[in-house]
This record gives sequence, structure tokens and C-alpha cells, in this order.
Amino acid sequence: MSKEHEQGMSLIVKTITRLTVGLILLYGIYIVSHGHVSPGGGFAGGVIIALSFVHLMLAYGKEVALSKLPKQASSFFESMGAIMFLAIALLGFTGGYFFLNFLSKGEPFKLFSAGVIPLYNIAISLKVGAGLFAIFVALVLLKFESEKK
Amino acid sequence: MLELYILLIFMIVAAVVAVEIKDLLSSVVAVGAVGLALSIAFLVLKAPDVAITQLVVEILCLIILIRATLRKDLPFSTSGRWFLNTLITVIFISLFLMVAAKCFKDLPEFGYPTMKVASTYLKEGFEKTGAANIVASVILDYRAYDTLGEATVLFTAVIGVLAIVRRIGRKKVGEKVRDEDEPR
Repeated sequence: MSKEHEQGMSLIVKTITRLTVGLILLYGIYIVSHGHVSPGGGFAGGVIIALSFVHLMLAYGKEVALSKLPKQASSFFESMGAIMFLAIALLGFTGGYFFLNFLSKGEPFKLFSAGVIPLYNIAISLKVGAGLFAIFVALVLLKFESEKK
Repeated sequence: MLELYILLIFMIVAAVVAVEIKDLLSSVVAVGAVGLALSIAFLVLKAPDVAITQLVVEILCLIILIRATLRKDLPFSTSGRWFLNTLITVIFISLFLMVAAKCFKDLPEFGYPTMKVASTYLKEGFEKTGAANIVASVILDYRAYDTLGEATVLFTAVIGVLAIVRRIGRKKVGEKVRDEDEPR
């Protein structure tokens, strides 16, 4: 089993993964960006984005997945999402209070509507996606090391 | 409502199987069946937001359980005082059911009436926030403090896992760590 951490799975799995992993990532981005008009939102979309990288890691091994999204990058994105969420909330003080929806509401049912809610969704998705992928990588590397001994 | 009860019975059966079965992989699969039935139940109750989140989180948890933490040969300890354990379990469950039967009589009917605060959100949420998805307007506008706390919890959890599991955190006293994955 530990060989799969290095080289990934068989050719069939790799081919199917190459075809589908982009679509999964795109679907996650769609769920995030349309979180305020359709079911979904930052958390669910972020988990789907993390799942696309997990998929890549299961099929191709840890080297390929970590070259697409290194550990430093995932920790950067996670902290960035948290800071972005707080910063947007703090920007509400320009109009009065914390968490104020200070942008214009726009036209309902359009993509650019609902003020700052889509920005909150994007921040949460960065945080959740990068954080869950980092946890997965850490646990897989832990198991890999303990099997090697 | 019938499909909801079928799903509930299926979930209870799958949960009992997950606890009682000997093989660990089968147990994890049974836990996944519970999660799948729960997400379908959310869909039946017309909560697609929660259903999507439940489904994807369940998938990620299953992958982590199977791939990252499960070993082939973890033994189960089932020997010992099974009679006393079963007796205590039965006593506690019957006690709980008796108290629950008394309490559930006073509760309002399932789903009725909608609470006061929630009905305000439903009435004014669309005009005040402009978000067509009412769930987004609640969790990111009215209840944004909740979301902030939840984000903090997740952030702390990730930091905790990374701090405990990374290579530097597990070195012995006096051991030199040379790991290509760690930033220097």
C-alpha cells in the first residue's frame, strides 16, 4: 500500500482522473461563486476544491499533488482566507459597525449581487479548502512514515 | 413523511452495524452509509445547502479514515464482562426512553410553528441583503458572528493537527531532523 503514496494508482485511474479532476475543481469554484443565489456556499465549495486535490493525490501520488499545491502554499492560502474574512468584516466600520454589508446590494438573482456576501464565501472557501487539504496531507505523510519503519 | 422514517430506520440499522461489526473497513463503510442517508434526509426536508455540505464532508471524512488512518490489523477487544455491560446499557436506554416519552409530549409538532426570529429573517432577508439564497443571507449577514467563530474553530483545528503531526513535533530528544517537506 505504501507504494501508492509514491507512484499513484494504475493507468486506468490516472486517465480517468486526468479527465475529471479539472471538472471537479471547476464545480467547486461554481458552488463558491454562486453561493448567494443557489444552494451551496463557501464551506461546501471549499470542501469540493479540497477534494479535487485529494483526488489528484490518491491517483498520482504525493509528489504530483504537492507540486500543484505545496504545503507552504496551502498554509498561506488558509491564513489568507482567515485574514480576508476578518478584513472584510472590519471594512464594515467605514459605514458604521462590524459585519456591515457596505457594498451595494445590486440586482437580485444576478452573480454580482448581495454586497459582500460573495466575498465572504470566497474567503471561507480559501480557508476551508486549503485547511482540509493540509490536514489530509499531514495525516497521509504520517501514515507513510510509520509504515516505512 | 414515510421516506423520512425509512431513512431514519436505515440510519439506525447502519449505525448499529458500524458499532457491532468486527472488520474495521466494513465499519467505516457503514458509517458512510449513515452519512449518505442523513444527506438524503436533509434533501427530503428541503434543505439542499445542508445536504450538499453533509455529502462532501462525509466523503472527505471517509477518504481520510480509509486512506490516512486505517490500518489492516487493528484488533477489537470484545471479551470480558459482556453481561454487566449489556445490562447497564439496557437500563440506561430504557431510562432515557421513559424520560424522553414524558418530554416529547410537550414539544410542538415537527416543524411548526416557525420561530419568531426565523420568520423575520424569512420576511426581510431578501430585501435587506439582496441574496437570493436565504441560507447565505443568514449565515453571512445576520449570523456572521457564528460563521466567524466557526472559522476560528476550523483554523485552530488545522493548526493543532499540523503542529502535532508534522515531523519536527515528533522527534526524539537529541534527534536531528532532516525533512524535505518542512520549511527551513
